[in-house]
Amino acid sequence: MVDALISHYNYWLIIILMMLGLYVVVSRGNLVKKIVGLNIFQTSVFLLYISLGKVSGGTAPILTGKPEAFSNPLPHVLILTAIVVGIATTALGLALVVRIRESYGTIEEDDILISERSQDASDINGSSA
Amino acid sequence: MTASIDMVLIVDLVLLTLLCLTALAIMLVRHLFAVVALTGAFSLLSAGLLVTLDAVDVAFTEAAVGAGISTVLMLGTLALTKRREARSPKLSPIGLIIIFSTGATLIYATPDMPKFGAVDSPGLVHIVPSYIEGSENDIAVPNIVTAILASYRGYDTLGEVAVIFTAGMGVIILLGRRREDEYGYSEESAAFPLRPETSNDEEGKDKS
Repeated sequence: MVDALISHYNYWLIIILMMLGLYVVVSRGNLVKKIVGLNIFQTSVFLLYISLGKVSGGTAPILTGKPEAFSNPLPHVLILTAIVVGIATTALGLALVVRIRESYGTIEEDDILISERSQDASDINGSSA
Repeated sequence: MTASIDMVLIVDLVLLTLLCLTALAIMLVRHLFAVVALTGAFSLLSAGLLVTLDAVDVAFTEAAVGAGISTVLMLGTLALTKRREARSPKLSPIGLIIIFSTGATLIYATPDMPKFGAVDSPGLVHIVPSYIEGSENDIAVPNIVTAILASYRGYDTLGEVAVIFTAGMGVIILLGRRREDEYGYSEESAAFPLRPETSNDEEGKDKS
């Protein structure tokens, strides 16, 4: 049990972090906060990949001429790409938030829904009248 | 040897706990400016954690991109939108169900994963040894991550560039149209089709 705890605590804490991020995305109505939650989720996925590549007693994967054990460099490469893709999605999401704020005057999901519904209702009334 | 490993474990544990606390604070704080500041701290902590996990290149990128650029982008968004969350955080039953079921499934799967820091993890035996050898003999770049990123997996990096280009186009399309709407500007009616398009100009307009 203690052995399992030591060998997997890292994954468990990262999963807790992941779920915190997911909860922010699901439960918060503010669009900026949703994107922040998405960032937390993303970062925890990065950490999960990197901790899979960790070798105990290993060093950073840089050749120094000495015989050494390296941590797995492949997850590092994949996550480098993922970080940059993550910032691209964040930028696009934030641009959408700015655009939504201009059209609806709010960045709260509930208020957007309310104004959408009232607009729909007035459209229907306008066409029937 | 064991003492040094234990030290790494302790630092690792402390940083992960701090990350979880920061995430909790982000969840509970309503002032969005504080949320953005906490996001910056979150990125910096995760960069520190990445260093202890031997991923120095990733840590560098995370510190520059996560703590730097994304914080700046979020602050810019806050300047154009609102600074406060309108509703106080309340418990969302659906959210709780989702995170507990997902989290339980993930934790149920972890015993199948290699132990943390395992030397014989399956990821290490397949293609990585040839990458390490190749970066020494064929490419002659001391940093193995650089060798893989630019050479063995160069197409990934090309795809990444395509993604950034697409995202940049999306941002320009989304925010560029705005200026036309606001001022009733269109190509036909404009005496001078080229208008100054500096970012300072844009922010000034929004405040007015």
